Amino acid sequence: MMGPWLDRLAAMHSRRGWLTTALVGAIGVIGVPALNIVPPPDTWLHIPDYVVMLLGKFLCYAMVALAMDLIWGFTGILSLGHGVFFALGGYAMGMHLMRAMAGEGVYRSQLPDFMVFLDWKELPWFWYGFDRFWFAMIMALAVPALLAYVFGYFAFRSRIKGVYFSIITQAMTYALMLLFFRNETGFGGNNGLTDFKRILGFSLQDPATKLGLYIVTAVCLLLTYLLCRYVVTSKLGRVLAAIRDAESRVMFSGYNPLHYKLFVWTLSAVLCGLAGALYVPQIGIINPSEMQPAGSIEMAIWVAVGGRGTLVGALTGAMLVNGIKSWFTVVFPELWLYVLGALFIGVTLFFPRGVVGFLQRFSKGGGSCTSNR
Amino acid sequence: MHVEPVGVGLGGHSRESEARVPVVRRGGPDTSHGIILYVEGLTVSFDGFKALDDLNLYIEDGELRCVIGPNGAGKTTFMDVVTGKTRPDAGTVFFGQTVDLTRLTETQIAQAGIGRKFQTPTVFEHHSVFENLELALRGNKGVWHSLFARLSGEERDRIEEVLEIVGLTESVHARAGLLSHGQKQWLEIGMLLVQDPRVLLLDEPVAGMTSRETERTAELLTSLAGERTVVVVEHDMEFVRTISRRVTVLHEGRVLAEGSMEAVQNDPRVIEVYLGG
Repeated sequence: MMGPWLDRLAAMHSRRGWLTTALVGAIGVIGVPALNIVPPPDTWLHIPDYVVMLLGKFLCYAMVALAMDLIWGFTGILSLGHGVFFALGGYAMGMHLMRAMAGEGVYRSQLPDFMVFLDWKELPWFWYGFDRFWFAMIMALAVPALLAYVFGYFAFRSRIKGVYFSIITQAMTYALMLLFFRNETGFGGNNGLTDFKRILGFSLQDPATKLGLYIVTAVCLLLTYLLCRYVVTSKLGRVLAAIRDAESRVMFSGYNPLHYKLFVWTLSAVLCGLAGALYVPQIGIINPSEMQPAGSIEMAIWVAVGGRGTLVGALTGAMLVNGIKSWFTVVFPELWLYVLGALFIGVTLFFPRGVVGFLQRFSKGGGSCTSNR
Repeated sequence: MHVEPVGVGLGGHSRESEARVPVVRRGGPDTSHGIILYVEGLTVSFDGFKALDDLNLYIEDGELRCVIGPNGAGKTTFMDVVTGKTRPDAGTVFFGQTVDLTRLTETQIAQAGIGRKFQTPTVFEHHSVFENLELALRGNKGVWHSLFARLSGEERDRIEEVLEIVGLTESVHARAGLLSHGQKQWLEIGMLLVQDPRVLLLDEPVAGMTSRETERTAELLTSLAGERTVVVVEHDMEFVRTISRRVTVLHEGRVLAEGSMEAVQNDPRVIEVYLGG
C-alpha cells in the first residue's frame, strides 16, 4: 500500500534535485542556527542575530513567492492582491499576540490598548477566541482561504481573466487596506497591532525565541516547498499548466477549470496566510500598509525576477530582490523604487524566464521547465 | 473541490448556475431512433448578423458526415453551439432523444461524450505528447482525483495504442509545441480518441497536412465511423470526396443542400453559391 506512494513522492524530484533540496534545507534549518549559536560572536563564521532575523523575514517572503508561483507561474493567473492574504494571516497572529498580553498593556486593561484609547468597553465579537493560539492559527489560514474562495468563485465563474483579473485583485487589496485603516473596523486603525510581549509564553525580546521562530519558519518553508512540488508534479499540476496554455482545450477535454482555479487560488491564499502569521511575531508589528497595492506588485516582481513556473525561481527571486532591497534601502534609500522598476523591466526584456531560466539555459542547453522535471 | 451551483441571481450568463441536468455517460445518449444529433431551429446572431438562421440538421448515429460551405456559412458557429461554446438565440440541439446540449456547459458536453477538434490545432504546447494524451484520457476529471491520480496499466496501454494509431509513438516524449503542424493535428485527434467520445466534431482536420498525411487521416476517419459518429467541417473538396457518403452544404446559416457528394455537386444552387463561385 505504501510502496506506490513512496514512488510517487520520490518522483517529485530527480536524484540531484532531492540532494539539492536536502542540502539547502539543512543549511536553512540547521546550518544558520548553528552558526548563530556555536561560533563566538567576533569570529567571521558567526551569523549575528540581526542577520538571522532578516533571513527569517526573507523566508516568509519566499513562502509568499511560492504561493504566487503556483497561481501565476503554473496557472497563468496574475494576482496583484496577494498582500491581502499575507496581511490577514498576519492580523490573525497579531490578534492572538495582543490577547496573550491582556492586562500588560500601557493601560493595564484586559482589552488591547487601542480599544481602551477608543473608549471601547468590551471586546468585539470577532476578537473572541483569539486568546487561544490554536484558534488564531486556524483563523490565520481559514480567513484568507474563505476570502479567496468567495472572491475566486465569483471571478472565475464569470470567466474573468488576464489583466482584468489582476486589476480586480488590486482593487480588492486597496479596498481592504482602506477598511483596515479605519479605527472603527476594530483592528487598530493605521497603527495596526504592535508592542507584542510573548508567544506561547516565550518572550519575543529573547534572542532564543527569535531563533526559534526562524527555525519554525525555515521548516514551514521547506514543507511548503515540498507541498507545492507535490502539487505541480501531480496530474492536477499538469491540468493547471494546461489551463494556462489552452483553457478551451481543457474544457473540451471534460475538466471544469473553475474547480481547478479555485483549488490553486485558495491554496495559494492559505500559504500566504501562513507566511503572514510567521512574519508578524518576527517583525513585531502588523498594520494596513501590508495591504498596499504596491506591496502585492512587488510580490509578483520577486517571481518574475526569479523565473516563473519553476518554484525554485520563486524562492531565488524573493531572496535576491529582498537582499538587494535591504542593501539599497540602507545605502541609497531614495533610489530603491527606481532600482526595483529597472529590475522588473530589465528582467522582462532580457530574461523573460527569470534568473533561474537564464541559468538553466547555460547549464542544460535549454532544459524545459515543465512539471515533470 | 466540487462547487454546488448556487442559483442566486447575479445576472450575466453564468452557465454554472444552470439547472442540474442528468449528465449522460457510457450507455450514453438514447439513439433508439437512429439519430444522435438533432439540430432544430437553431439561430445565432452576432450584432445583427445571423451566423445561423433557423438551421435544421440531423446526424445519424455512426455516420461520417461532412459539412461544407463558403466562408461565413456558419460551419464553425454550428460546432460552437453543439459544444457549448456559443449559446443560441433560439433552437435546440439534442444529443440523442433526451439531452439538450444548449443547457449544458462545455465541460458537461465533453463528459457526455462529444469531442471537438479546433480549426487551428490546439494542444498543450508545454506538455509532452504523452502528457497531452494523459490529460485527455477518459476518466474522473475532478480536482481531488487529479491530485492523487496515478496512471493504471490499462490507461497506459490505451495511450500507447492511440499513439500507434496517430503515428506519434516516436515522439512520445517530445514537447507538443515542437511537433510539425500535421503532427499537432494528429495529436489533437489522438486526444479526442483517448477521450472516447460518441461524437467527434472535427474542424478542418487536414488543414496544413501534406497529401500523404491527408490520405492517412482519411483512412483514420473512415475507420472510426460506424462505432462513433464523425462530423467533419472541411474546405478541401478532394478530401471530402474521399471520405464522405453524405454531405451537407451550409449557406448563410441554413442548409442549402444535402446528399451524396455527387448529387450535391450537381445541384445548381450549390454550384451558384459555392463550387462555381
